Amino acid sequence: MEGGYRTPLARARGLGAAGHGAGHWISERLSSLALVPLVLWVVYAGLQVAGAGYDGAVAWVRHPLNAVLLGLLLAVSFQHMHAGMRVVVEDYIHKTATKAVLLILNLFVCVLFGALAVFAVLKVALSGAF
Amino acid sequence: MTETSGLPPRPLSPHLSIWRWHVTMFTSIAHRVTGMGLYAAALIAAGWAVSLASGPEVYGAYMALLGSLLGKLVLFAITLALFYHLANGIRHLVWDFGYGFKIRTADFSGVVVIAFAVAASIGLWIVAAMRGLL
Repeated sequence: MEGGYRTPLARARGLGAAGHGAGHWISERLSSLALVPLVLWVVYAGLQVAGAGYDGAVAWVRHPLNAVLLGLLLAVSFQHMHAGMRVVVEDYIHKTATKAVLLILNLFVCVLFGALAVFAVLKVALSGAF
Repeated sequence: MTETSGLPPRPLSPHLSIWRWHVTMFTSIAHRVTGMGLYAAALIAAGWAVSLASGPEVYGAYMALLGSLLGKLVLFAITLALFYHLANGIRHLVWDFGYGFKIRTADFSGVVVIAFAVAASIGLWIVAAMRGLL
């Protein structure tokens, strides 16, 4: 059969030898691509907000563009750092139980702190009065 | 058992103890180290957002913590890690498209990334100082 040893079903699923396809690899690249402009923006933003005090920071987060970009930056960052730390754990920790505990801890920490940060941004952005 | 006891122990991958340090090796290790540092930085950033949502007193205390000498040292280290991981991440994306793999090119781009991270960090903190943020 032309095209190697894979069955038509395997090729249609497109998951390859590892069983989960190239999804992990692609999502790492896509998140890093998205983070390039977002990080440059937040460095610039940090200079504006750092000296603005509480009122200035609240006013800055309330601007719709800032709130959305900040929310996106947080979501993509926490997804990206989860993927990165996961690879580090998979590379260096070989004891099954330790590895499982660290992978679960990594997921829980990223989801918890990501959710806290996004909720905090939304609360500041959407609350009407001081 | 084969008779290998008389031989010196064989080197194990990745040969860290016998390899001469070179630029691409340093940039690869530094990418992981800065990535893990930025993991902690993201938790600090999440703390900033939560402190802002908790009102002026908590926010003031959190900003005072970040503005202390230790806070500034941590923030400068985060700046350095951020610019390094950003620039080296772009270098990795270029590699993913199949460019820049010649040894001299990879060495040169590694030096460029390190120089950019140092220059951009110092530059940003000079701008911050000129704006009266330090």
